[in-house]
Amino acid sequence: MKIERRKFLKLATASACLGSASIAKSQESFPGWPNRYGMLMDTTLCIGANCRKCEEACKKVNNLPPHDTPLSDNTVFDQQRRTDPENYTVVNRFPNPEDPEKPIYVKRQCMHCNEPACASACLVKAFTKTPEGAVIYNKDICIGCRYCMIACPFNIPAYDYFNPLTPQVRKCTLCYDRITDGKIPACAEICPNEAITFGKRNDLIPLAYEKIRKHPGRYSSHIYGENEVGGTSWLYLAGTDFEKIGFPAHLGTAPYPSFTREFLSSVPLVLTIWPVMLIGFYKFSQHRQKVEKDSRDSEIGGNE
Amino acid sequence: MAHVSTRALRARNWLSDKILMGNSLSEYVRNHITPFNIIAAIILLVGLPVTWIRFTQGLGAATNLSQTNPWGLWIGVDVLCGVALAAGGFVIGTAVHLLGMKKYYPIVRPAVLTGFLGYFFVVIALLYDLGRPWRLPYPMFVSYGVTSVMFLVAWHVGLYLSVQFVEYSPALFEWLGLKTFRKWAMRLTIIATIFGAILSTLHQSALGAIFLLAPGKLHPLWYTSFIPVFFFISAIIAGLSMVIFESMLSHRIFSHQINSRDHKNSGNLTLGLGKAAAAVLFTYFCLKWIGVAHGHHWALLNTSLGHWFLLEVFGFILAPCALFFWATRRHNASIVQVAAIWTVLGIILNRVNVSIIAFNWNQPDRYTPSWMEFAVTITIITVGLLTFRFIVNRMPILYRHPEFADEHGH
Repeated sequence: MKIERRKFLKLATASACLGSASIAKSQESFPGWPNRYGMLMDTTLCIGANCRKCEEACKKVNNLPPHDTPLSDNTVFDQQRRTDPENYTVVNRFPNPEDPEKPIYVKRQCMHCNEPACASACLVKAFTKTPEGAVIYNKDICIGCRYCMIACPFNIPAYDYFNPLTPQVRKCTLCYDRITDGKIPACAEICPNEAITFGKRNDLIPLAYEKIRKHPGRYSSHIYGENEVGGTSWLYLAGTDFEKIGFPAHLGTAPYPSFTREFLSSVPLVLTIWPVMLIGFYKFSQHRQKVEKDSRDSEIGGNE
Repeated sequence: MAHVSTRALRARNWLSDKILMGNSLSEYVRNHITPFNIIAAIILLVGLPVTWIRFTQGLGAATNLSQTNPWGLWIGVDVLCGVALAAGGFVIGTAVHLLGMKKYYPIVRPAVLTGFLGYFFVVIALLYDLGRPWRLPYPMFVSYGVTSVMFLVAWHVGLYLSVQFVEYSPALFEWLGLKTFRKWAMRLTIIATIFGAILSTLHQSALGAIFLLAPGKLHPLWYTSFIPVFFFISAIIAGLSMVIFESMLSHRIFSHQINSRDHKNSGNLTLGLGKAAAAVLFTYFCLKWIGVAHGHHWALLNTSLGHWFLLEVFGFILAPCALFFWATRRHNASIVQVAAIWTVLGIILNRVNVSIIAFNWNQPDRYTPSWMEFAVTITIITVGLLTFRFIVNRMPILYRHPEFADEHGH
């Protein structure tokens, strides 16, 4: 059987294009949108107990069902909670190694990474990192594979497991609709102790360093989110090691999309080299068979 | 009137001839009340209501998936193992059509059919797992997430399913007596095999590359930048072992279909496949250690998951490799078959380790499948086996169709 050369060329071009689209996209190095917003969370200011007003405000602006128990119910702190489809943000309590009388409260929600793992994982581009800094989700194209949840290093995206027809991935939007309207995110607005500061990320980092410089005893010198996984829009200050207050340690500073870059860039190589190699094998085996046949025929001589 | 009744008669004859294998409906049903079919019927009686629950009440009603463990048995076994174990089609197709190993010609069709049905039922399983399964074509036609490894998997599995249909279709056309279609399908064999080998290389390795985005979640002994290579190499092993296993079953169950020459020769083919499996398994065994060395994870070997890793590497890679080697040296095809089954279990263990056991190993919230997840998995495997049997009993898979016998073999 002969391979039509034109058909093969067409095929090779098409496959090379398919592959190089992936590589071109994945190799852009992204320093981050210059004017993106961020949030600076000062965990030393969060009062936690009898408050959780940020959780309540978040539920209101996102039309989520209200809490089952009153905000004064502090037994919720007895266990670690994570984000779920009805809670885009949760406040957790951790023992304070320096002062057992004063537990540490930490609000968690989507970190809004500069180069989000969820967005690089999504096969239909349902996640977008907007120039404002928010990582937002498009429910109209999501197929529900949940690879974003596998990829997120902070275990934030949550899924509507009990919705058979219109399940969505759910997470904090950085109040994208509010910030594009000129308002500030609901949690930052409601916080009674001003533990959350909303602003341009480029202004928040010097502000955080200023706080560390002024109160060296109060803060550890690490701003969580400044460089983690390539930097996040949410930045955290704390008086202790971040590992001890529920943050994943050793995430490194490499953005998550870089972990699959090498593999994706090998794709066009396979798509261009494999066809030639395989056709080579095919031609070689055909040639060998012909040689064998010819030598058999000459041995048999004129018998046939 | 007469015309209509002739047509009705012809339709009934076709039905009786092609579908009921020359029986009347009542004969057919009576002949099919066998222990295997009764068990299959019971499995379906459980699987169908569970399917109903899954699609009317959501994933949460049928599965133990959680916010922290979004993937479970259906991805770990049905998809990851399904794709690896269906690699036989591409492995044997490449060996026979491209590398010229003509002696394996009699097993090309069963291997391709196993591959085609394997992928087909992987897609069925995926429909259970996707939150909105009707959006399955979205990555092809609506929105292109080109930075995603999953995008590559979706495209390549979709294309490969079509390629495998082309490779399988000559048997279908011979059965239906469509000579022109068959001629065209046969002409496409080489190009389909080449295309299939490329697509398989990429999506088998891409299934491993999916986990490159989970460095903090997958245990370091399994997380390595070599994981795409591991998935590809182990898929070749899985393909070879499944072909050995499948031909072992076929020679018992469908022995009346296999001519005496192929029957005698099958031990010889099994030994050849066993030799290949031993060689690739040994390569895989060495690569596993390069992975550990590359990450400097020697210290982790003496932890409980480290022991589990050693069990996988020695008990399910090196041990079956040694058995393959020993059995082929002694020309013992039955032991090669034992080694093949052992290897298949090892590949399943590896995929379950990567996606479930060593995944989220450091999380308090661990996942164990619900009985309904097992029910769906077993149902899909059963329907796959029934489909395989349906086709093998009707189409020229294990034997050469008398009308086309001369054209085989090139």
